[in-house]
Amino acid sequence: MDFWDWKGRRGKTAEFEKVNRMPERETIKADLTIIGNGLAGLGAALYALNRGLSVVQFGSGYPLSLVSGCFDLFSVCPSAGKKEWDNPWEGLKVLRNDHPEHPLARIEEVEIRQAFEEFSVGLGEAGLSYVQDPERNREIITPLGTIKKTFGLPRSMWLGAEALERKAMGRIIEIEGLEGFKAPLIVDRLKPHWKGLSAGRIQFPGFESRPRALAEHLASSLILSANREKLAQRLRREINGAEVMGLPAVLGLFKSSAVMEDLREQIGIPLFEIPTLPPSVPGLRLQETLERKAAEKGTYHLFRHRVGKAEPGKDGGFKVPILHDGETIRTVSSRAVILAGGRFLGGGLQADRKTVREPLFGLPVSQPDSRSGWHRSDFFNRQGHEINRAGLEVDDRFRPFNRQKEPAYETLFAVGSILAHQDWKREKCGSGLALATALGAVKAFLGIKNK
Amino acid sequence: MKTQVLIIGGGATGTGLARDLALRGLQCLLVEKKDINAGASGGNHGLLHSGARYVASDPEAARECREEGELLKHLAPHCIEKTGGLFVAVEGDDEDYIARFPGLCEKAGVPARALDLKEARLLEPALSKKLIAAYAVEDGSIDPFRLSLDNLAQAGEHGADLLCFTRVAAFEIGNSKIQSVKLENTLSGESLSVEADIIINAAGAWAGLVAGLAGLSVPVLYSKGSLIITQERMNHRVINRLRPASNADILVPGGTVSILGTTSIRIEHPDHAYPTVEEIEIMIEDAKAMIPALETARYIRAYCGVRPLVGSPGGGEDRKVTRGFVLLDHSAQGLNNFITITGGKLTTFRLMAEKTADLVCDHLGLIRPCLTRTEPLPASSSVRWTEPAGAPRVWLTGHDPQDTVLCECEMVPRSAIDSIVDALKNQGIKADLLAIGLRSRIGKGRCQGSFCAPRIAASLYQQGEMSASQTIDGLREFIRNRWKGLQPVLWGDQLAQAELSEAVHCGFLGLEGEEGENGRV
Repeated sequence: MDFWDWKGRRGKTAEFEKVNRMPERETIKADLTIIGNGLAGLGAALYALNRGLSVVQFGSGYPLSLVSGCFDLFSVCPSAGKKEWDNPWEGLKVLRNDHPEHPLARIEEVEIRQAFEEFSVGLGEAGLSYVQDPERNREIITPLGTIKKTFGLPRSMWLGAEALERKAMGRIIEIEGLEGFKAPLIVDRLKPHWKGLSAGRIQFPGFESRPRALAEHLASSLILSANREKLAQRLRREINGAEVMGLPAVLGLFKSSAVMEDLREQIGIPLFEIPTLPPSVPGLRLQETLERKAAEKGTYHLFRHRVGKAEPGKDGGFKVPILHDGETIRTVSSRAVILAGGRFLGGGLQADRKTVREPLFGLPVSQPDSRSGWHRSDFFNRQGHEINRAGLEVDDRFRPFNRQKEPAYETLFAVGSILAHQDWKREKCGSGLALATALGAVKAFLGIKNK
Repeated sequence: MKTQVLIIGGGATGTGLARDLALRGLQCLLVEKKDINAGASGGNHGLLHSGARYVASDPEAARECREEGELLKHLAPHCIEKTGGLFVAVEGDDEDYIARFPGLCEKAGVPARALDLKEARLLEPALSKKLIAAYAVEDGSIDPFRLSLDNLAQAGEHGADLLCFTRVAAFEIGNSKIQSVKLENTLSGESLSVEADIIINAAGAWAGLVAGLAGLSVPVLYSKGSLIITQERMNHRVINRLRPASNADILVPGGTVSILGTTSIRIEHPDHAYPTVEEIEIMIEDAKAMIPALETARYIRAYCGVRPLVGSPGGGEDRKVTRGFVLLDHSAQGLNNFITITGGKLTTFRLMAEKTADLVCDHLGLIRPCLTRTEPLPASSSVRWTEPAGAPRVWLTGHDPQDTVLCECEMVPRSAIDSIVDALKNQGIKADLLAIGLRSRIGKGRCQGSFCAPRIAASLYQQGEMSASQTIDGLREFIRNRWKGLQPVLWGDQLAQAELSEAVHCGFLGLEGEEGENGRV
């Protein structure tokens, strides 16, 4: 079983030993191979495990260290006149009308709701508490004092959304040495709308003499109660009449709910977290929680190996090579494969000077005719860049098309940002896209399997 | 406000002229509508020409390049890397030109030594196996930002004044002279009137437009030249294609990178110049015959400059127009205190400044010898941050535990940013990300500012350099500015990097939202 060691690193040796101990010709068998350990891949694993499927998952690194930790559903439709939706479901209605090809537009509202619900419950069971207002987007503060609309929130950020909405007497605290988070900047920008806001600054216990404090280091240090006590002491001195206090999201890496509860009790007022620039502690919490939960339920993780070019097996499933140093060392045999490798950053798509490719199955990628059509000359153009809408075309069961516009294989699925006709960064729909398509693909596979 | 000499344009020529005049004891004011080296002086190869490039098309320019190149190597060694250079031809290149090359070099006095092909490939392993000729020449690479900033620093020590972000709005003319110049601050809109004994138009590609404000016609055609930067240095020496000038002939190593260029495309207005995907494709497709690895190299950015072509033969080819400079005394057109200096090359900037300053002295009836031909250019400590790997060296040897690295790609510490901010304040220039970027390596590494820019912006806010809304607007402008050069080279890893940058700046921070709405973007 894969595990996280005391420093939060995944057990490398364990995985190598496990794979290498297997006889040469033996294959790992599973119902489902998931390629990718971002939100779509981890979501697909959770949904599949909840339905009794056995899972092998390829992945690499900590992709969620790059996400804020909030779950965006949908709030901006670049082509619609209205800029932002407070109610994501209303926005999605417009999307269904204007962009029926958008992956989220092709999923029933009730399915999207279920995806969020089931995911939040799963996280809650594993000790990470998420909250959402089922009918509307909420607003949170970013480290530059801009406002971000989002849907599902870690409980620690939910308190911040509530404080922002109520315009509570709040105090934003910055930590010396944590770059990119300046409390006065946030307060300055929010002040016109939020009068009772003030800024404070502390030295983080144990990091006083260090020039640079990194979020992950700060967060993991709070596992020790002595550090929490000192931090609480310093924060108490910063209250200055505030009802609620906002800090950069560093309040615990492991067992963060208990860490925050303890701090709250010691300080006497609620604390909320403001997401930071990457690397993101709330993102790492998600990564750790989801992978731990999946491992406990028997998922076979292959995060230290690369995945090779998959081939269809004789029985209708797939043979997926496990690569080490470029050589196939073992094979995974599974009935279905879910592609959840993301886009260019995740490696799900690859681009050279001429064209965008899907590397594992060589699937056709919907894309602009030539590279001159990929990007707009203004980075911030509200219409977004065309390349972001490139990706895999799928049928209603999330099966990617071949060149004849038919599902390439009966049980090959693609989910998350690898899909065409969406621009998650601009539409603020990354998590909604990842989770709803992941659930959709798992359900579609079950339907085919049980037929 | 009064000054002896008003210089319009803060490129290599204008800053070099400011130093030349200041060393001769003349009082001068330099005005620049953007920031230092905003035009072609910042948008070129950083190539110190041996002259060999021009032996066929313009022997006069070749000779000037050789002489000036030699001088600069002695006088400004800290701005120059004496890389040496090669001229190489591959199968299919014009054999007649190759045969004429050594003779032409000799005639122009440009040293060129024939190399054995094996030797050439040992010297530069990146060269194609299809090499058919190779010559060693005395090219070098030069940091044009450091050069201009150092020129300016010494000019300032000798009393020259500088106004950046200041454009000429109008000339007031009377009695065959420019009586006063109306200037406008492009950021604040404030205006200012300056009286000068003599006015020098050193506006480069904008020289025709500036002359137009004085009612004069200086016909300038605009030739855009685009270049691309590789992530890693691919060659030790400058590598030139041994053929009549074309698109992607030169690969110049500079610090940790190599720069490939350039195109030559006629454009309508010098303000509207951007490198395009098509140009990048043309260059890579062309240059891979000389250096095959250029086809698969990772490129981190493209950029361009606009060459002013003065006196171009109508309908002729732009590359054939002289790369020599043009010095125009407008007395002939009835303006007795107005001079235009434009064209030329980075390598010959000092000579251009010298000739212009000589003419200024003639006009003013002064006999002051030029000192820039003999006086070394001092290395100013406040402008040392443009040097690749310079910042980490200072940071490491400084041993200050409190000195945080703010830009991780290029390892630029807080102390470097602070020193640049101080220097900017002394010159009255707003210390924003763009100004700091021009004077350091921030935003020049592989992340192109995605991570360091928000950090440095927040830090500038903290130090009181800008308000909250200026911080966000400044960040947006910096990212926008970087994007112009990134957009044409986005494929492979650099596309993945851009995806992350967009996820942070748009997905998370929402910077694409309505601008200027405080607190709501």
